[in-house]
Amino acid sequence: MSQPTVLASDYFQSYAVVGLLAVVGALFVAVAFGAGRLLRPVVPTPEKLLTYECGVDPVGEGWAHTQVRYYVYAFLYVIFAVDSIFLFPWATVFAAPGYGATTLVEMFIFLGFLAVGLLYAWKKGVLEWT
Amino acid sequence: MNDVLDVALRLVIVFAVFMVVPLVVGQAEHKVMGHMQGRLGPMHAGGFHGWAQLVADGVKFAQKEDVVPANADRRIFQLAPAVSLLPYLLVVLVIPVGRGEGAVGQAVDAGVFFVLAVMGVGVLGSLMAGWASANKFSLLGGLRTAAQLLAYELPMLLAAASVAMAAGTVSLHGILDAFQWWWLPWQIVGALVFFVAGLAELQRPPFDMPVADSEIIFGAYTEYTGLRFALFLLAEYAGIVVLCGLTTVLFLGGWHGPFGGDGAGWVWTLLKTAVLAFVVIWLRVSYPRLREDQLQKLAWTVLIPLALAQIALTGIVKVAIS
Repeated sequence: MSQPTVLASDYFQSYAVVGLLAVVGALFVAVAFGAGRLLRPVVPTPEKLLTYECGVDPVGEGWAHTQVRYYVYAFLYVIFAVDSIFLFPWATVFAAPGYGATTLVEMFIFLGFLAVGLLYAWKKGVLEWT
Repeated sequence: MNDVLDVALRLVIVFAVFMVVPLVVGQAEHKVMGHMQGRLGPMHAGGFHGWAQLVADGVKFAQKEDVVPANADRRIFQLAPAVSLLPYLLVVLVIPVGRGEGAVGQAVDAGVFFVLAVMGVGVLGSLMAGWASANKFSLLGGLRTAAQLLAYELPMLLAAASVAMAAGTVSLHGILDAFQWWWLPWQIVGALVFFVAGLAELQRPPFDMPVADSEIIFGAYTEYTGLRFALFLLAEYAGIVVLCGLTTVLFLGGWHGPFGGDGAGWVWTLLKTAVLAFVVIWLRVSYPRLREDQLQKLAWTVLIPLALAQIALTGIVKVAIS
């Protein structure tokens, strides 16, 4: 059972370099912000710390209520995102010997369901705002 | 010891590329936009055609006061620029520039998947900025960013999946090894969808609704000053480099070229990336901004159906020839 262990370590080695680069990036940001602190002036005034709103004093709270029109899109997105996760592993094998046309048709049926769903949302007027 | 040196060298090169190439694109944008609009662009800084303009900008940004509004969510507000910048650094690491293992920062097996996942994280930075600023305009910009991500992530994923199907692998190296010249016409629809969706994810004109300056000041970045604002700008240009590089690798054959052989592979990659970056700038000069609902409509009723059609075409052709 030694072989899988070797494979796993190879696999994670490439991500170790990715992790290392993430550390380098974090260091860069920390150094930049640290150096910035030394270079820049700090002269806070109450006016400066006000929320900016077209140059006049802000009205009401910043965390305002807005109409979230996007939630339907969020639903659509989740449905399709799950689908595309399935697509990638399928994409690597579907043309391999032993799969071929049947596998392709299966995916078409799956995509067909999704397309009908999108069409339904479209017909229902979900994708129109005005 | 050699391994350590090798890795260190790669990290340094990747970091240098990440710092320099976006600035080159930014300077090119200054000059190209200037000439397209019948003016000269920056001419003063550095002497020769204003080549040091962005360096001067950087010095200016570093000296500016760092203002965090009293009402803002302080920590989140301060971290947001880093969150939006660093994902692009990680993507630069895995983009292969030339043939073979030597010409990439680090080959990752799940290349396409890794790249798309990490790029999605960058948008979180804008969301954090929009929410943490406690500013109505920032909040609107943040929400628009979110809606744009939801709409355009999908066509991008689907178009990339089409290439993965054609190559039978999700590794960026594997895709380039399998590339044939006739993939160009075969995947052209996917390429267009990928590029347009990528532009929208970067919030570049004509998809810059989230930062529409005439409506919501500067969207999620309204309250930012100095260095943090500069990091957001750097993220935008790094995003252009990454998008153009990825489009090159996935759809235009990367280091493959009509002549020049293997040794010149990296020249082809850079050339194609540069041409695409020029197109990005060109589009900014040419097109007016889309309205928010037009933007959603374009994604859901044009790009996604096109991407699905491309997947069908790819699947049928692939099964037919194998």
